[in-house]
Amino acid sequence: MSTLELINLQKRYQNGYEAVPGLDLEVRDGEFLVLVGPSGCGKSTVLRMVAGLEDISGGDMLIDGVRVNDMGPQQRDIAMVFQSYALYPNMTVGENIGFAMKLRKTDKAVMATKVAEVAALLELDKVLDRKPGQLSGGQRQRVAMGRAIVREPKLFLMDEPLSNLDAKLRVQTRAEISRLQRRLNITTMYVTHDQVEAMTMGDRVAVLRRGYLMQCATPQELYHTPDNLFVGQFIGSPSMNVVRAEVVEGTGGLPALTVGSQTIQLDDAALAQLPGVRGMIGRSVAFGMRPEVLGDEGTSSIDVDVELVEMLGAELLVHATIDAPSVKQTDEGVEIGESNTSMIVASMDARIRVNAASRMSLTLDTSRIHLFDLVTGDAIGKAKVDVG
Amino acid sequence: MIEIFKTFVTVALGLGAFLAVMVGLYWLASQLPEPWRDRARVMVFVGPALVLLVGGLILPSLYTGRLSLFTGPNANKWYGFGNFRELFTDSDNLIVLRNTVWWVILVTLASTVIGITIARLADRMRGEPYAKALIFLPTAISMVGAGVIWNFVYATKGNDPDKQYGLLTWLWLKAEPILPGKQDPHYWLQDREFFGFHSSFLPGLNTLFMIVVIVWIQAGFATVVISAAMKGVPDDLVEAAKIDGATDRQSFFRIVLPYVKGTIITVATTTLIAVLKVFDIVQTMGKGGQFATSTLANDMYQRSFPLSQPGYGAALAVILFVAVVPIVYVNAKNQRNIREGR
Repeated sequence: MSTLELINLQKRYQNGYEAVPGLDLEVRDGEFLVLVGPSGCGKSTVLRMVAGLEDISGGDMLIDGVRVNDMGPQQRDIAMVFQSYALYPNMTVGENIGFAMKLRKTDKAVMATKVAEVAALLELDKVLDRKPGQLSGGQRQRVAMGRAIVREPKLFLMDEPLSNLDAKLRVQTRAEISRLQRRLNITTMYVTHDQVEAMTMGDRVAVLRRGYLMQCATPQELYHTPDNLFVGQFIGSPSMNVVRAEVVEGTGGLPALTVGSQTIQLDDAALAQLPGVRGMIGRSVAFGMRPEVLGDEGTSSIDVDVELVEMLGAELLVHATIDAPSVKQTDEGVEIGESNTSMIVASMDARIRVNAASRMSLTLDTSRIHLFDLVTGDAIGKAKVDVG
Repeated sequence: MIEIFKTFVTVALGLGAFLAVMVGLYWLASQLPEPWRDRARVMVFVGPALVLLVGGLILPSLYTGRLSLFTGPNANKWYGFGNFRELFTDSDNLIVLRNTVWWVILVTLASTVIGITIARLADRMRGEPYAKALIFLPTAISMVGAGVIWNFVYATKGNDPDKQYGLLTWLWLKAEPILPGKQDPHYWLQDREFFGFHSSFLPGLNTLFMIVVIVWIQAGFATVVISAAMKGVPDDLVEAAKIDGATDRQSFFRIVLPYVKGTIITVATTTLIAVLKVFDIVQTMGKGGQFATSTLANDMYQRSFPLSQPGYGAALAVILFVAVVPIVYVNAKNQRNIREGR
């Protein structure tokens, strides 16, 4: 039973660089929370502060309600899996797993039993006497896991533990870690830059950008109702298509969106999702559509020039141009493309035949579109929904 | 000017002649019929190196081995293993062996331990590069130079404390009020007793003072090499140990030291071999090994040349060779372990 609370947590380096300007985050008991973001977003710094490997410059950190700011890593009762695994090369697998217990002068028999238990759980029983240098990448990863879980810590920290594995093993280990975490029910904070990992593993996912928390929510929420342009474009692969559009008055007084030379009429279903759009007539916005919202079914449509068709087996990715400038979130702010055309990607049923270098009309489900402010990047017009 | 030109021409001629011989030999080898041609070509290239190796190393070694079985000023009288028997029975010779053993033990141990300690203390300290540079400086001094410098430190002149130029004697006499008993001027490098205690197993004080000099030289080398190895210990490992609950001391002894074990063995064996051959310090500070300070290498020189006992000198060389073999073996094995990622 453990919780972790970060209250206005700050990290400033001596050279004045502010890695984390102030982070509020809570990891609930037994929860699997994933910190995700591009490199340099401060996610590893936060994890290392939680571990006690980095000083905290400001704010509070509570484990189970107890302030641990000034405690060393030894006192925090946490376990960590490193990206490099950090296995002790001079010790066997068994000694690696039992090292923490040995330091605590645990009874030898108890130690042996626990190591054996964990080894059996992670299928390491046959390699207990080997040194890390003699193990495969996957086995090393499991030893690192074993070293962490054998202690039954309050908190489990993982720093990109899968990034040294090949693609196939990564998918397999991803599932194993999730299963193990649910089974042991240990509160976990997991850092990754891979949004697929974040979405598949996390109970909740916290998206960080330059030290700021952009959104912390369940994977579904992040995907379907992103709080801002950054989250919208960071989560999802292929990423969300965002172009500039104007809100205009369409037929019957209902709002519509002008995208380049085309007008997309919003219907009641769309307005139920985006009630705020009624008050935005005349305003320029960033208009986001996920690839799967295009092309399958919908109440509206949009004409595009197909440039390239990628057949992925289950789906078809159609790369096409549209006559509206693209919008993306950069470090400097929201950036509107200079060109008046932009590339968009539609994910369609693989059975549909699409010819490259043709003009086609893609259907659009307007009830699943997103609108963002062109200056702040915040999601606008959304209905207030409480999920989770 | 003429001289320079002459030298230049001589070198050019020499190189040209060498090249001509090589090309000529290669051409000759190429003229041979098929089964012999390739072998002859190999010999043309490997041959010169082989000649040097055999003539410069293997033959002299064998000759030394043969020499060790003879006695007399010209080493022409068959003596069997007599030299070795003397070496291990005569009391003066046993002192040489005893000294060498102490040299090897104390210098290797002290330099390595000091190296580890300073490397650890200096690690991540402010001004670390300067501290290490200072400690490394003596390594650049020749042994003879170091011997001369330290001769001054240990020098004693008369009874008057204020007339001393030897630092140690001066300190010794000045410390009179603090130390128990009466402080007489002491001739450090002539004191063959172990702190006033006469023993045939323990080294003399003079030997210990000479050992200090080599430790002073060797510790810098050990520090720099071990420090570099410690920098190579991944931060993750130490951090993982911390999270596992290890204190700084525990993570040093259980993670860092085992990680740099290979380097420590390399440093220790290198020092060991260097000390086994210790000669210059004994020559300069012990006046050629007097006052019971001689060592194997020093004695080898004294016997072979000034004392005209080439047979006995050769026997000492053989003993040195035999003593080095296991160290070289350990070192080679250690290098292999390091390469294979331990």
